[in-house]
Amino acid sequence: MATKNDQETNKNRQDNQNSNHNPTLAMLLSIIPGLGQAYNKRYLKGAAIFVLFAAFAIVMFDFMSDGLQGLFTLGTEERVDDSRVFLSEGILSLIFLTFYLIFYWVNLQDARRDAIKIKNGWQVGGVMAGFKNAWDTAFPYMLVGPGLMFLIFVVLFPLLFMGFLAFTNYNLYNSPPRHLLDWVGFDNFINLFTIAEWRNTFMSVLSWTLVWTFFATTLAIGLAMFLAVLTNDKRLKGKKIIRTIFILPWAVPGFVTIIIFSAMFNDNFGAINTDILQPLFGTSIPWLTDPTWTRIALIMIQTWLGFPFVFALFTGVLQGISSDWYEAADMDGATRMQKFRHITFPHLMFATGPLLITQYTFNFNNFNIIYLFNEGGPAVRGQTAGGTDILISWIYDLTFTNSQYSMAAAISLILGMIVATFAFVQFRRSRSFKEEGTF
Amino acid sequence: MARQPMSYKTKNRLEIAAMYLVIAVMTVIIFYPLIWAFGMSLNPGTNLYGASIIPENASFVHYEWLFTSPRSNYLLWYRNTIFVAVSVSLLGTLITSFTAYAFSRYRFRGRTYGLYAFLLLQMFPVLMAMVALYILLNTIGLLDSLTGLILIYIGNTIPMNAFLVKGYIDTLPRELDESAKMDGAGHFRIFFQILLPLTKPILSVVALFNFMNPFMDFILPRIVLRSPENYTLALGLFNFVNDQFSNNFTRFAAGAILIAVPIATVYLFLQKYLISGLASGATKG
Repeated sequence: MATKNDQETNKNRQDNQNSNHNPTLAMLLSIIPGLGQAYNKRYLKGAAIFVLFAAFAIVMFDFMSDGLQGLFTLGTEERVDDSRVFLSEGILSLIFLTFYLIFYWVNLQDARRDAIKIKNGWQVGGVMAGFKNAWDTAFPYMLVGPGLMFLIFVVLFPLLFMGFLAFTNYNLYNSPPRHLLDWVGFDNFINLFTIAEWRNTFMSVLSWTLVWTFFATTLAIGLAMFLAVLTNDKRLKGKKIIRTIFILPWAVPGFVTIIIFSAMFNDNFGAINTDILQPLFGTSIPWLTDPTWTRIALIMIQTWLGFPFVFALFTGVLQGISSDWYEAADMDGATRMQKFRHITFPHLMFATGPLLITQYTFNFNNFNIIYLFNEGGPAVRGQTAGGTDILISWIYDLTFTNSQYSMAAAISLILGMIVATFAFVQFRRSRSFKEEGTF
Repeated sequence: MARQPMSYKTKNRLEIAAMYLVIAVMTVIIFYPLIWAFGMSLNPGTNLYGASIIPENASFVHYEWLFTSPRSNYLLWYRNTIFVAVSVSLLGTLITSFTAYAFSRYRFRGRTYGLYAFLLLQMFPVLMAMVALYILLNTIGLLDSLTGLILIYIGNTIPMNAFLVKGYIDTLPRELDESAKMDGAGHFRIFFQILLPLTKPILSVVALFNFMNPFMDFILPRIVLRSPENYTLALGLFNFVNDQFSNNFTRFAAGAILIAVPIATVYLFLQKYLISGLASGATKG
């Protein structure tokens, strides 16, 4: 039917002007990929498109239909079917299907656009021109291609997998390959908020995460600001050496220093207790066994680790503030505090605002320090999270220690929402994003 | 009134003294843990208990052990880490520059969606999807292999770095590549011969970040790698203290100092570039 139509219109086309060339028909013909392009007299392109689509369909059809079906059932035979494999193949099928649909849509649009151009009197060029054209159009996609592939398989795929996992019942007692997984809808989320044990743990972890983020970051920024203003004083000598010393904690790999601190804060033979607190004050503090002291230690350590980078940023900004400002302020008889509040502080905040926000988001997910210092401990009776676990380290524990995969995935989703909302608001405000909107 | 200048001078002196005092205190706080760790690494015993910051019988036995003991995998770990670091650095930077170039210089269909996708995906911490990564690598047989680790590192460095480089290319005048196009240069030639040399400063920052990361990250290797002969340095060192905490701390300290010193040196020498790189990455996001 379609071919007959094609021939007829082609004949018509030769008699009449190009105005008879029908874009809608071209698009409809391309429901069989390539046919619309043939109608546009671009036979080679049409053939290539047809072969590609046909090959993809033939090769992938079985995998995709099995995959989508598997995604629905998650396996039917216990001990034979591994639900995790079904889940991942299902997600891969979804990704491939999305690709297929996008290309299909592009194929339809392409047939239509070429037809419109022909209608407006465009002459289809030779094969070489076609190649040149295709190369020009395809080039940016080729450039983005490898990066996008990595992103899809290394970042997007795992995230989707985790997202789907949150709606299954994958835990210690029901784990593949021994058992099959089932879709349980929002049960995990409902349990998280209705079962007292989960809810209490979640709330205490969440509130500590927020407290931790706020204090660890704010203290580091405050200390950095104080030291940056201090070392910017004209009367000081040896600034270069002083600044290098202050940047040192940033230069030493974080995991090394955290492990060192963890040993130093050891209750029984750590240097803080045996070398400093015992001789000077005659007491020792249970740094690793009392939750409150562990928290205090963590915040102090993160301040030590976090201030140098902000200090370096602030120093850079301070050196750029014109001295005219301060001279004018001196004329008006401003006090030092006034100069800080009205000149220095606004300058610092204006120049580094977005960066400081990233410091907060960094600490919100600062897994390394929590895990390396005390593995989130000390343990708290009656909950799966330790006394200093933040959300991300709690998720780690749930996954690798308690095998509560589904619950971990559900909490990850909530964490992801928080991070995404926060980051999105920030990016919308940032400069380049606004510029991006003008294209 | 006559006393005014005097008191001003004393005040001035006191202030300067106070500033140096603050700096001295901070210096002690910064150096204490580092020197303590160095002192620990010189203690011949393996135990924290009884070890002191200035050991009476200081020796380099732990350093020797790392390099000479047949049971030590330290050199192997060094080789693994350098292999991972170089691969990630080369491949990651190349792919990043391709992506950034396309997003900066071409207006192709789907570009805005692509940018959104990159922006969105870079927000999520890798750790969130660790279960899935584990299962994924297990399925395709790349668990406990350096290749799997390299692939994940590359995937995770692309989005953030692509924006960093894109922001940089955006600042280069478009007339450069347009005039080259006039002269008949192809897409690849414009990229490799004109833009790539100009983007060198930012690309070296990206390459350096990519190179350093495997030296400092222990959590991804911990999830991906299983057998000790595949470990990277960070994971191997972590296991010194993780297995029996107090028993091997001195050995850990020795190994840690051997990687901390070169890394810290590089960071201190290149601090200006690294910090400005990090800063523009976040503001231009």
